[in-house]
Amino acid sequence: MIFLELFYVFSKIGIFNFGGGYAMLSLIQDEVVNKHHWMTVNEFTDIVAISQSTPGPIGINCATYTGYTAVIHAGFPTWAAVLGAILASLSVIWLPFILMVSISRFLLRHSQSKAVTDIFGTLRLVIVGLLAAAAIMLMSKENFGNPSESVFTFIVSLIIFFMSFVGTRVYKIHPIVIILLCGLAGLAIY
Amino acid sequence: MGIYTEIFLTFAKIGSFTLGGGFAMVQLMEKEVVDKKKWLSHEEFMNTLVVAQSTPGLFAIDMASHIGLRLKGVKGGIVGALGTALPSIIAILLIAIFFQAFKENVYVEKIFMGIRPCVVALILAPCFGMARKAKLNKTNWWIPVVTALLISAFGVSPIWCILAAGIGGYLWGQVTK
Repeated sequence: MIFLELFYVFSKIGIFNFGGGYAMLSLIQDEVVNKHHWMTVNEFTDIVAISQSTPGPIGINCATYTGYTAVIHAGFPTWAAVLGAILASLSVIWLPFILMVSISRFLLRHSQSKAVTDIFGTLRLVIVGLLAAAAIMLMSKENFGNPSESVFTFIVSLIIFFMSFVGTRVYKIHPIVIILLCGLAGLAIY
Repeated sequence: MGIYTEIFLTFAKIGSFTLGGGFAMVQLMEKEVVDKKKWLSHEEFMNTLVVAQSTPGLFAIDMASHIGLRLKGVKGGIVGALGTALPSIIAILLIAIFFQAFKENVYVEKIFMGIRPCVVALILAPCFGMARKAKLNKTNWWIPVVTALLISAFGVSPIWCILAAGIGGYLWGQVTK
């Protein structure tokens, strides 16, 4: 039964996912391509590309797309595939949510204790490093263009990067406005 | 507007403009949840980041659940999580149904060529404000630097950094008591 399998597989993916969407991609690939043959490697690569360029968490994007494709491949009509997509997406969420309820309650109760204050004091510094690492790892050819192929694209990307940074840090422009402006700039320049 | 509608719409808005994964959302979420709605202080927001990063599940969804839970208990958490997920589900469903046309559209690619570097800047930007709020000083500046290096240059999982720092912070607190 394809719906039960989707529920089981994506519940598993949700609870074993530590450290963000990119970390979960290999797990999803293993389950969806290698074990269950719901799609080919090429289809999976397409999903990753789409997930990176559409709104929302990458894990949810993958779950939605896989749920849809798997049900279609099993020979069901579109409306059933839509249900499969929604089912797969919610399956990723529910177990971590239950865990989060208990963690939040625990932290609220002990938020004033010395141990919790000490631990979070250090962890707040670590989070700054985590964010910096995420940004550093995204400074890649995929996002800025390859300077040996197109100097123009690379320079335009650097300018967009710099202006976005100044726009948000110095002028406090809303991030949504900056994203929309950069999309328009891409459309106008390239 | 009821508080649940408000939570749902705020996170749906954040979910709609999260491109390139959970970290890209931090800047926007801080603006909406801390600066505008004043649901959390800056310090509480950073604690939320820590909790979301060190528990299983999707980063963005974990953030939304935790903030929703703090505001209105379990119902608030569910509303926050669904608000974050819904725009993503709708967008992907539309693309899954009309995939070929989307993939081959040159305008879509041009728009994304403009947006990608901007997303990197939006991830980097909150680091500086957060460093100040995390009380970065002459004795602890190496903690974020070493963390960033371990993860980006040596491929260490963030989980290990968080575990080590948590234990380290606890022990340091015991020693300096």
